[in-house]
Amino acid sequence: MSIDIKLNKKLNNFNIDIELSHDGKCLGILGASGCGKSMTLKMIAGIEKPDSGKIVLNGRTIYDFDKKIDLKPQERKVGYLFQNYALFPNMTVEENIGIGLKNKSNSEKKSIVNGYIEKFGLKDLEKRHPYELSGGQQQRCALARIMASSPDIIMLDEPFSALDSFLKDKLQLELLEYLKEFHGDIIMVSHSRDEIYRFCDKLAIMNEGKIISFGDTKSLFINPKKLEAARLTGCKNISKAVKTGDYSIKALDWNVELKTQEKVKDSITHVGIRAHDVCLEYEKSENSLEVFTDRIDDAPFEVTYVLKNSDKKTQGEIWYKIGKNMDFFNDKENFDIKYVSLPKDKLLLLD
Amino acid sequence: MEKIDWSPLLISLKTGIVATAISFILGIIIAGLVMRANKKVKWILDGILTLPLVLPPTVAGFILLLIFSLRRPFGIFLLNHLGIKVVQTWYGCVMAAIVIAFPLMYRNTRAAFEQVDINLIYAGRTLGLSERKIFWKIIVPVAGPGIASGTVLTFARAIGEYGATTMLAGNILGKTRTISTAIAAEVSAGNYDIAAFWVIVIIILSFAIVVSINVLTGHGMKNVKRW
Repeated sequence: MSIDIKLNKKLNNFNIDIELSHDGKCLGILGASGCGKSMTLKMIAGIEKPDSGKIVLNGRTIYDFDKKIDLKPQERKVGYLFQNYALFPNMTVEENIGIGLKNKSNSEKKSIVNGYIEKFGLKDLEKRHPYELSGGQQQRCALARIMASSPDIIMLDEPFSALDSFLKDKLQLELLEYLKEFHGDIIMVSHSRDEIYRFCDKLAIMNEGKIISFGDTKSLFINPKKLEAARLTGCKNISKAVKTGDYSIKALDWNVELKTQEKVKDSITHVGIRAHDVCLEYEKSENSLEVFTDRIDDAPFEVTYVLKNSDKKTQGEIWYKIGKNMDFFNDKENFDIKYVSLPKDKLLLLD
Repeated sequence: MEKIDWSPLLISLKTGIVATAISFILGIIIAGLVMRANKKVKWILDGILTLPLVLPPTVAGFILLLIFSLRRPFGIFLLNHLGIKVVQTWYGCVMAAIVIAFPLMYRNTRAAFEQVDINLIYAGRTLGLSERKIFWKIIVPVAGPGIASGTVLTFARAIGEYGATTMLAGNILGKTRTISTAIAAEVSAGNYDIAAFWVIVIIILSFAIVVSINVLTGHGMKNVKRW
């Protein structure tokens, strides 16, 4: 199971120019809305035409600009789960699932369709039309339809964006279970880092049509290396930075000198730290700074303190996140943040 | 009034049904082809196919007469090889009705096609369905209500056709006289009562058409709120 992708396409405001190889289970593509993620999937599926490039799926060349190979989407064996699921509204659940089955007798068809109806928890819904199903049922039906057509690869295009947020967590876990039925590669595109983190072993981070980071999902989240990658993986605190020594930098937006654990590269432009990695301090210590609370963002289970350097020479914000189950937090009246430190082993050095 | 000749009603209905059936099939196929065409071709085709809707029917009648006249090559060809005479015959009624009413079928069908979620087509393709199957099993049924209302409008326009019909088919009682041409003929002959009778018939017929449009498109209007 493998896929090699090299694609170029000129879009209105930027060019897609990517090269990716994948031979694992699930590859995630993380990127902001409109960065070319969906377009990339559509080019792999053959729905959109690239300007040039090459796609090899399980050793089968499905597109090669130089050799003038351009298989129709019908021949590519690429399953595509659309954002809105694209179930055929004029057909029932069982008709939707059975439509991609070819060269099979009616009784064979029926038993395959029934198998998927059973597996995907759609029993007793087989005679319903898509508009009579809930969002989760529609998603399962769409996935069953794709699997029935036995593709070599399944691509998921923002699979949860059409669902209510309180349903998402449950359905994400559910989908994960159903996808285990599938033994080919999976590519998932999303702007949600939670979804990507849960689903994907490998991660490609995309910005304006280019892959800026590629690697193991977990390690990319721990060390994104690139500025845009840090932003997209959810790093809230990012400051411009300059190198001041082999193991020290100055964070310009926070006006503070920081020691680092990693050796600082000459190419460093920014430093970042995740909001939950910021440490509360009661006195000056290594990598600490004196701060005042600019504003507080109160969410149901956690609170974010937006802090600024007390010297007021810079406007850079430091977000500090704290769970509401912390003991000392309950003593709200006396809770005042005076010092925070940015532990050197948690700093993300970015370029 | 006792001796009313019912033939105009029959000729109108026959003309309407045949012209609508032909427009229905051609409209769906041609709208489907136009949806596939690139932008430039689409603009040109769209202009040509819509033209009869905006032109005065007499202009269409004049052009049809030029094409099918028995003194011109195409008219002579049809008569000699297929034995079909269009001018001053019922075929002329049908031809005139098709040319004038077809744009309604085409435009409504195309508008209905444009409303079909493009992802349905993409999904069909990635699931391995042939383009033909996608068109007839998915696009046409999904566009169904729009196509149905286009069909009814086409029928309405076809039975009401006057201008092109008189020029191409004439106004021969029992042969090419439809309700609309009958009304004009009876008025100019001074038979106001017979003309009024046909007026009432056409009003009833038209009302039935309007009701059926509302029923056909009403399915999708259930959720429309009052302003």
